Amino acid sequence: MTDQAASAATGAIESRSETLLHIEDIRKYFKVRSHAGTSRAEVKAVDGVTLDVRRGETLGLVGETGCGKSTLARCMARLYDLTSGKVVFEDHDISRTSRRGLRPVRRQMQMIFQDPYGSLNPRRRVGSIIGDPFAIHQIGDRKDRKGKVQELMQLVGLNPEHYNRFPNEFSGGQRQRIGVARALALQPRLIVCDEPVSALDVSIQAQVLNLLTDLQQEFGLTYVFITHDLSVVRHVSDRIAVMYLGKVVEVARTDDIFSTTRHPYTKALLSALPVPDPDAADSRERIVLTGDMPSPINPPPACRFHTRCPKAQEICSREEPPLVPVLGDDGSHLTACHFPLEVGETLRPGTVAQREGG
Amino acid sequence: MSMGSSDVRFDEDVAKEVEVGASPVEGRSPWLLAWQRLRHDRVAMISLGVIVLIALVAIFAPVFTHITGHPPNQQYLRQGTTSAGLPLSPNGKFWLGTDNLGRDILVRIAFGARISLAVGVVATLLTVAIGVVVGLAAGFFRGIVDTILARLVDVVLSVPFILVAVALVSIAGPGLTMTVLVIGFFSWASVARIVRGQVLSIREREYVEAARSLGASNFRIMFIDILPNVLAQVIVYTTLLIPVVIVTQATLSFLGLGLQPPTADWGGMLAESQTYYTVAWWFVAFPGIALLITTLAFNLFGDGVRDAFDPRAGR
Repeated sequence: MTDQAASAATGAIESRSETLLHIEDIRKYFKVRSHAGTSRAEVKAVDGVTLDVRRGETLGLVGETGCGKSTLARCMARLYDLTSGKVVFEDHDISRTSRRGLRPVRRQMQMIFQDPYGSLNPRRRVGSIIGDPFAIHQIGDRKDRKGKVQELMQLVGLNPEHYNRFPNEFSGGQRQRIGVARALALQPRLIVCDEPVSALDVSIQAQVLNLLTDLQQEFGLTYVFITHDLSVVRHVSDRIAVMYLGKVVEVARTDDIFSTTRHPYTKALLSALPVPDPDAADSRERIVLTGDMPSPINPPPACRFHTRCPKAQEICSREEPPLVPVLGDDGSHLTACHFPLEVGETLRPGTVAQREGG
Repeated sequence: MSMGSSDVRFDEDVAKEVEVGASPVEGRSPWLLAWQRLRHDRVAMISLGVIVLIALVAIFAPVFTHITGHPPNQQYLRQGTTSAGLPLSPNGKFWLGTDNLGRDILVRIAFGARISLAVGVVATLLTVAIGVVVGLAAGFFRGIVDTILARLVDVVLSVPFILVAVALVSIAGPGLTMTVLVIGFFSWASVARIVRGQVLSIREREYVEAARSLGASNFRIMFIDILPNVLAQVIVYTTLLIPVVIVTQATLSFLGLGLQPPTADWGGMLAESQTYYTVAWWFVAFPGIALLITTLAFNLFGDGVRDAFDPRAGR
């Protein structure tokens, strides 16, 4: 992990092979039919996202509920067909590959899901769930598989003797370990974790996170780690991408995101992070954004954030800011804002964005 | 704490761990749990006993012939009817009396149980098989497949059953196969509807998405991931469908559309008793009671199965 960060720091130029997954201008619109009938609206869940995932790193994807993180993850894993855009995995363009054609890719790219209760089939034994990848890709015979499944269970800290049990006989944390074991079975390169710990108790979150970190070191895994929990993402990520309403507004190394926050939305998001010291908590600036997140069916034009942004000016509603390095940042820190924050600048809670008398 | 699992990291929920550690390593499947609940349902278990008893009667129907010495279709016109030619009431020789042709009602009920159970089970299985396949396909593929199948279901459900049954039988002729096919053809639609609804919700579950992310084929997802989760509902519906099918079969026979005389069959016996019930109550009562007990047992058992699979639903 650390040498990855170091190599990222050497500059903007990165070799192609260092990128494991590259997505370019991905869009995913969902059609919604209104109850009235004829009018056809589209939810623009992901609306033009370009990102690189580098080999061996953990890329954190943060944003509010409904900002399109999970949709983006499913687009990356090609569980969804894209509306437009490109997904390049290991230098292979898989944006239009058929389900059958994706099968070899599935061995390289796995997912861990948010809900440890929903992601395991309640009618199947744990051994059979973890062995699913072997069965689907026809690896080994029955006896081989059993051995492998038990190895995997051991690896993620489950009792291998429990392989005959059913998911309902395990606790939330144990179930998430089952999900991890299943994702690991085929020794993938990339694991997309869709809020893997947000359904767990805090004490168990740490255990699962540590497990994920250990496994990353052991197997050289690459993670895309989706969460709305900033303290979690800070703990695990090498780089962080911040999403708002289907777009990435800022990408940077984890330290940079926290030390030189550029985008006003990121700033507001980070200010919500709890501080363990009550005195510090009292004195720090907390930015409470006014208004709700606009509907992704009809997002604001140009910069999506201008309706709630304290720094918004006329240009923000007219011209969309590109995702580029701000002057003084290195090439790994990209921001999409016309008026990026200076280091140390504080945000005044919105005069522009405030709604009726608030 | 569990002693045997020393190399396993201590896990979260301590209470859970104790509970897990104390129970055997062999997992308790949802099916097993349902069965354990069912076993404690006294009404359901008594019903199951009755069903087994009826099945035994059906299987060992020839034993009744052996004991009484009366084959089911043997007409005892002299000893089995009164001097006026009317059915004989229950007596030492004919325990449940005789019918208008002097046949032993007890033996005929025993042989009739074979027909009722066989048709009940076979026609129900046919119904469920068609319904599950159609429902799975409609719910899983959605879109055009769903539209076509859903319209088909609507058509089948809107056809007047008895009228078409009469028409079909008059074309193809009555018989056991015909009865099964007619019942199967007209009952699958409701099963398909139930299965479709279930599949629609299950296909959105995360474990289906997980299977897809592993590269599972549609076929595998349908039959390995989705079907077992629909099965509980299907089993409940099946046990409740059997009595309906038995009554339907009796109805068809009653109307002369099922099995033809002299085959012993409860619906047919009830039909024959129509003109005699004022003078021979046993002629109508015993086949009727046999039908009632059978359907009641299946219904009560079906209720028990439903409660066992969904304990939260209550009564």
